[in-house]
Amino acid sequence: MNLSFFDQFTSPCLLGIPLILLSLLFPALLLPAPDNRWVTNRLSTLQLWFVHLITKQLMIPLNKAGHKWALILTSLMTFLLTINLLGLLPYTFTPTTQLSMNMALAFPLWLATLLTGLRNQPSASLGHLLPEGTPTPLIPALIMIETTSLLIRPLALGVRLTANLTAGHLLIQLISTATTALLPIIPAVSILTALILLLLTILEVAVAMIQAYVFVLLLSLYLQENI
Amino acid sequence: GPLSERRLMDVRLGELPAWLATCNFSPQGLLGGVQKAWNNYYDKYINVKRGGPAGISMLLAGYCLLSYGWNYQHISK
Repeated sequence: MNLSFFDQFTSPCLLGIPLILLSLLFPALLLPAPDNRWVTNRLSTLQLWFVHLITKQLMIPLNKAGHKWALILTSLMTFLLTINLLGLLPYTFTPTTQLSMNMALAFPLWLATLLTGLRNQPSASLGHLLPEGTPTPLIPALIMIETTSLLIRPLALGVRLTANLTAGHLLIQLISTATTALLPIIPAVSILTALILLLLTILEVAVAMIQAYVFVLLLSLYLQENI
Repeated sequence: GPLSERRLMDVRLGELPAWLATCNFSPQGLLGGVQKAWNNYYDKYINVKRGGPAGISMLLAGYCLLSYGWNYQHISK
C-alpha cells in the first residue's frame, strides 16, 4: 500500500515517451509574451506587474554588475512558481519533485556565483570563509566549517525544494485517502479530516510560492557576496 | 470560401474528410496548425479587454484532463 503513494512521483511516460518535457513546457502557454501595446489584456498586465515586482525586489540589494543576472533570476522565479502551483491541480505531475531536476537547476547557478566571485575578487570571496572578530584559536576550525557550509549550498538548495514539495504532495495524498476511507465508517471524523485537508491545501499553495521565492532569494544572496 | 482555407470550426461535418485531405501533415504544417489553433484560442478567450479567469481556467482544466489521460493506465490498478 505504501508503494502506491510514491507512484505519483514517477516521471510520466506514454508508450515509453517521457512526458516530463511537456509538463515543463506547459507553463509557457500560461505566460504569453506581452505585445507592444499600451493597454494589454488582463493576463499580460498581471504578468507584467508581477515580473516588475519580482525584479525590483531581487535587484535592489545587488550592485550594477549583479543586474546582469536579472533575466535569469526572474525567469527562474517565474518558472518555479508556475511549476509548483500547477502541481497542485489534480492528476498533474510536478517536475520539481524530481531531485535530478532541482540539482540541475541549483548546482550550475551556485557554481556560477562561486566562480564569478573567485574570478573577479578572489580575496574578498575567500574572506567570506572567516567571519569578522573570531578569536584566533578558533580560526582553523571555523574556516573548515565555513568551507563545508559553502560546498553544501547547492545540495541544500536542490534538496530543500524537492523535499518540501514531495512532502506536501504526499501529505495531501495520505490525508485525502484517509478522508475517503473514513467516509462510510465514521462521517464525523471524515469531515474533520476534510477540514484538515482544506487547511493543508492552503498551506501547500503557500509553500509552493515560498519555496520558489526562497530558492531564488538564496541564489541572489550568494550572488551578492560574490559579485 | 474554398475548402482548404476555411477554419475547422467552419467546416461542415460531411465535408470533414475532404477538408482533412487538404491539410498539410508535414512537421512544419502540423506545427503551423498548432500555432494557429493556439492563437485563435488565445485571441478569443484570453486576449480580450475584460477577460476573466475563464480563459486560463479552461486551459488548466484541459491540462488536468490530459494528465488524467496520461496516468490512466497507472491509476486503474
